[in-house]
Amino acid sequence: MDIQTWTYIIVGISFSIYIGIAIWSKAGSTKDFYVAGGGVSPFANGLATAADWMSAASFISMAGLISFMGYDGGVYLMGWTGGYVLLALLLAPYLRKFGKFTVPDFIGDRYYSNVARTVAVVCAIIVSFTYVAGQMRGVGVVFARFLEVPINTGVYIGMGLVFFYAVLGGMKGITYTQVAQYCVLIFAYMVPAIFISIQLTGSYFPQVGFGGTLADGSGTFLLDKLDGLHRELGFSEYTSGSKSVMDVFAITFALMAGTAGLPHVIVRFFTVPRVKDARLSAGYALVFIAILYTTAPAIGAFARTNLINTVSNAPYSSVPEWFSNWEETGLIKFEDKNKDGKIQYVADKEVNELTIDQDIMVLANPEIAKLPNWVIALVAAGGLAAALSTAAGLLLVISTSLSHDLIKKQINPDITEKGELIWARIGAAAAVLVAGYFGINPPGFVAATVALAFGLAASSFFPAIILGIFDKRMNRQGAISGMVAGILLMLFYMLKYKLQYFGGGTPDDWWFGISPEGFGTVAMIANLLISFVVSRATAPPPENVQEIVESIRFPRGAGKGHMH
Amino acid sequence: MTQEDKMKAYWKQNLKYLAVLLSIWFIVSYGFGILLVDQLNAIRIGGFKLGFWFAQQGSIYGFVVIIFVYVWLMNKLDKKFDVHED
Repeated sequence: MDIQTWTYIIVGISFSIYIGIAIWSKAGSTKDFYVAGGGVSPFANGLATAADWMSAASFISMAGLISFMGYDGGVYLMGWTGGYVLLALLLAPYLRKFGKFTVPDFIGDRYYSNVARTVAVVCAIIVSFTYVAGQMRGVGVVFARFLEVPINTGVYIGMGLVFFYAVLGGMKGITYTQVAQYCVLIFAYMVPAIFISIQLTGSYFPQVGFGGTLADGSGTFLLDKLDGLHRELGFSEYTSGSKSVMDVFAITFALMAGTAGLPHVIVRFFTVPRVKDARLSAGYALVFIAILYTTAPAIGAFARTNLINTVSNAPYSSVPEWFSNWEETGLIKFEDKNKDGKIQYVADKEVNELTIDQDIMVLANPEIAKLPNWVIALVAAGGLAAALSTAAGLLLVISTSLSHDLIKKQINPDITEKGELIWARIGAAAAVLVAGYFGINPPGFVAATVALAFGLAASSFFPAIILGIFDKRMNRQGAISGMVAGILLMLFYMLKYKLQYFGGGTPDDWWFGISPEGFGTVAMIANLLISFVVSRATAPPPENVQEIVESIRFPRGAGKGHMH
Repeated sequence: MTQEDKMKAYWKQNLKYLAVLLSIWFIVSYGFGILLVDQLNAIRIGGFKLGFWFAQQGSIYGFVVIIFVYVWLMNKLDKKFDVHED
């Protein structure tokens, strides 16, 4: 069977499963809709968190990104996993004990202020929308490449599906579809990785093959071979970096704090029954994420070696079929500058003749390794699962912000349970439409704003939540001024150095040599300092708020959820 | 010990665990993977330079272990101070 038929079959089966689950898990109450009734087992929540967290970027782009960055790619690996340690140790258990539905709930109650609540809502909406636009686009791109429909049609299909299960099932529907989506995406990621590892290094485990010798009998280690190829072609060595230590440090920290501060990730820990389950499910989530995250750098190195071996100095007339296939999509570009009919792939931009989009490293991997057609179709289904699961989690945060944090908590506190549920569904529907709009008309700065989402979360939510738990003396004046200052500073830096507003600037002008991707770390420190100083200069929080802080520090008495 | 003293002792022990575990978290990632990467790269394990391995593999394994150790320690502590859930 050809690739397209296989893709229709495998994607069709996976979509039917998602829809089936959505119908089975229809939400009956706002508690179901917001936190899946609070009765999700820690294991299932770990699976759902992993799918929620790993987006189209993790699935499609990350391995390719690392294969072009070498050692420097470690910032993403450490940054996007280390955040779970912060979540498990500093946030999840306490927020679970607090036991409300959303992050703005915590900020608003802990800082006894609707201003703080509103600031949190605005931050949550900005962070989630910047993120979700990229996901819908990812759905469209996967459809376009593997099913040969226009990108926009792909976005409509993705919208329709997310609409169905997010609006119908809320968090309950999303949780169980995410469990299924994790299974699909990890299977789709590991099958080609294992095949390629066996081909290249003879090892069944990509993580081991990564550090093993080549299977060609030469006895050379894969990474030594790769370093050698890089030196020959003028690239910096694969296993050493080119970014400054300061910048690597700052980016890693911004990604970690951003991960721990992302509302769609935090809210997943409200869905488990007990405090100890919140701790445990963060552990499970990281195990499930680590399976993909320890495989990605191996894929990066394998793909890089395969690519250089295949194309470097090869005659253009005899390139393999996948090369021509991906050339048609525009993701590989060859320009014979010196007219010798051979491909020169080198670091020197003047001489280099080949441009490769990082995304094809994962998407074309099965073709490069000559794997069967069903594996290629599986990768398409996996990419869709990754994008859809993340999109759904983000949309829920947006809809909850509207129905719960704005309407129920501020505009109309007397709203009935039924009325609130209707508003939650309206919010989810509206969010799907807006996300779809951004998917079809992607703003030019999407790539820039995904990094912005982490910086924003790191500079706003992360300090406010941590201080709310660990500093009993922190008051509303401190938290609000810290959040506002942190987020504005971050926005200013990103706009200036990423989008060239306010006079723009080059990397030479960066403050402390830190790139916009890493600036979340600086903005977060500014937030912490300002919060601390302002809070000590103003009145301490009221007695009842200090009691809340006392009570969230001890597990017993967390509100019960109902199992399903 | 009064109830209040007990709670204080519980929280203090929790903070102690956090300090130790977060130090390990810092060392395996920022320490071995970033600050000391050049020194560690002089050591090799199979095909891996050690610093590179920590940046792209080892730190992640370390993170997983840290969380499960924390879960285990806290479950014990909750029982000891009788603040555990059923």
